[in-house]
Amino acid sequence: MNDMSADSYVTEDGRTIGGVVMEMKNITLRFGGVVAIKDISFDIREGEIRAIIGPNGAGKSSMLNVISGFYKPQEGEVMYRGEKRPPMKPYQVAQQGIARTFQNIALFDGMSVLDNIMTGRLNSMNASLLSQAVWWGKAQKEEFENREKVEKVIDFLEIQAIRKTPVGRLPYGLKKRVELARALAAEPSLLLLDEPMAGMNVEEKEDMSRFILDVNDEFGTTIALIEHDMGVVMDLSDRVVVMDYGKKIGDGTPDEVRNNQDVIDAYLGVAHD
Amino acid sequence: MLYREAGDFKTSYQKDSQTFPLKFDRMGYWTVMVVAFLVVPFVINDYWANAVAVPFLIYAIAALGLNILTGYAGQVSLGTGGFMAVGAYACYKLMTMFPEVSMLVHVVLAGGITALVGVLFGLPSLRIKGFYLAVATLAAQFFLVWLFNKVPWFYNYSASGQINAPERTVFGIIVTGPNTEAWAKYLFCLIFVVVLAWIARNLTRGMTGRKWMAIRDMDIAAEIIGVNPLMAKLTAFAVSSFFVGIAGALFFSIYLGAAEVGEAFGIQKSFLILFMIIIGGLGSIFGSFAGAAFMVLMPVFLKNVLVGGLGWPTDLAAHLEFIIVGGLIVVFLILEPHGLAQLWRLTKEKLRLWPFPH
Ligand SMILES: Nc1ncnc2c1ncn2[C@@H]1O[C@H](COP(=O)(O)OP(=O)(O)O)[C@@H](O)[C@H]1O
Ligand SMILES: [Mg+2]
Repeated sequence: MNDMSADSYVTEDGRTIGGVVMEMKNITLRFGGVVAIKDISFDIREGEIRAIIGPNGAGKSSMLNVISGFYKPQEGEVMYRGEKRPPMKPYQVAQQGIARTFQNIALFDGMSVLDNIMTGRLNSMNASLLSQAVWWGKAQKEEFENREKVEKVIDFLEIQAIRKTPVGRLPYGLKKRVELARALAAEPSLLLLDEPMAGMNVEEKEDMSRFILDVNDEFGTTIALIEHDMGVVMDLSDRVVVMDYGKKIGDGTPDEVRNNQDVIDAYLGVAHD
Repeated sequence: MLYREAGDFKTSYQKDSQTFPLKFDRMGYWTVMVVAFLVVPFVINDYWANAVAVPFLIYAIAALGLNILTGYAGQVSLGTGGFMAVGAYACYKLMTMFPEVSMLVHVVLAGGITALVGVLFGLPSLRIKGFYLAVATLAAQFFLVWLFNKVPWFYNYSASGQINAPERTVFGIIVTGPNTEAWAKYLFCLIFVVVLAWIARNLTRGMTGRKWMAIRDMDIAAEIIGVNPLMAKLTAFAVSSFFVGIAGALFFSIYLGAAEVGEAFGIQKSFLILFMIIIGGLGSIFGSFAGAAFMVLMPVFLKNVLVGGLGWPTDLAAHLEFIIVGGLIVVFLILEPHGLAQLWRLTKEKLRLWPFPH
């Protein structure tokens, strides 16, 4: 697995994993004296589910924020589809087809579930202000076309019943699902999920795992996810990066990582205490 | 089959994004429109036009404008009075420079000019937020009033420093100056209100409105999902200032007829409009109207009932007005940030379910 050739391969369950889509090269990120990420390199391949695990404060969320363009690393490069990515604003990264969810749910509380998910479509909608002001022509056409796509996501995630509910009123588990819906509505080529199952009960976790697998399987979406639950990670992911105190201490298939002594000491050991 | 289903989808989404999904509400809306356009113009007199109808319509436009910026896009502004002044002075300059052009054009252009000025003052909003932005808009308020006082070109070097609306027409009908009929003032303002409210509704139900609300609710998440924060904020400033500028132009040319900037467009005006949207409902079109109606009608009501009816001294009634407004602001800010609009919605929900509460 350490051979990072661009050749694609087929997984045991029959999905095709392609070449490298995103490559993080020697990333170092500091906040004043705190080194959140220390010289980390890893890659994400087309169509795979890539997990990032590690104890609290290891720098996992910071890594997703670097990919999102929200944090600017002091050192290192982000390669996207074979090219060095120039410094970008987060909204420009989103326009490149990278969508995400957040560790602490970041929905728009004053808006309905439907409007929240519709915001996921904003990169594909560009009717002029004038057309929108008179609700005529392109604006209206675009609105209905994109609404149709959003309805498909709503069906897919089985949240039809709460369409019109203001998100502020939803329970935690459903909020997580709506946030996933908003990210999926963007039809991303790379989906970043920051602890999508944190704080969920077993049943909710099973639902969420199923959705993640289905998204990957049906739409071929590449997924990078941060997760604490080792069982879930082992079941879901094709490859795992393990972080501890800002450093990478393991990288490979779930089995390889499970048997890596550093990882056992740093993370699994702690987790099984 | 497939074709039919696709067609169905469209109509259902179309229905879904209707302004008034309930038939009852739609009928209410059309009733109001018919009365406003076909009944009121024939019965309105000078008192009702000047004391109630015209100020209500103009304040409703200003409240819509501020609500777009503050209620929808979350950018607090204390500069509304200053931006109304921009609309008023732009309109005055246009009226005196191009006497033969229709008032309709002048007012719309005044709105456009105010939109540009609004964008200019909105630029700092990318960097400063909340309280600091409020202070920056307050500075804009004082700067603009100062500017219109200090530069004689804006008031055509008149000795009094005032601006006076000369007689101007729309399709041959006089709408400004002392010879204007009550119905003409009223109808001219009504047309602007209806069109602008419709535009506000369209913008807020579409993607532009969603971007505004996303910035308001969580600006960092909004940017990460693809909202360009500068563009979203600047369009909010532009559209909001367009509305406020039109309100200022109408306030000067139709309602006042003559204006001195500090008196007509001072900081009190900024607060008045802010109170309207807080009491009426932040982030609500209907709330903008409810707030404007409340703030226009309450003093009239107090004056007629307390002073006229019960013989209270005028200053006592005026103090009572302050107490009521102050109290309501506190109550609404703490208990019901969505204002009268939300109370109305809850009442309707209750009525809709009545007599079966579940
Ligand atoms: N915006 C920030 N400012 C300062 N320190 C930060 C910031 N974001 C993260 N950190 C620090 O970086 C380290 C890694 O945090 P984080 O990436 O959230 O870890 P994880 O997601 O693995 O729990 C922590 O020490 C955290 O305090
Ligand atoms: Mg984290």
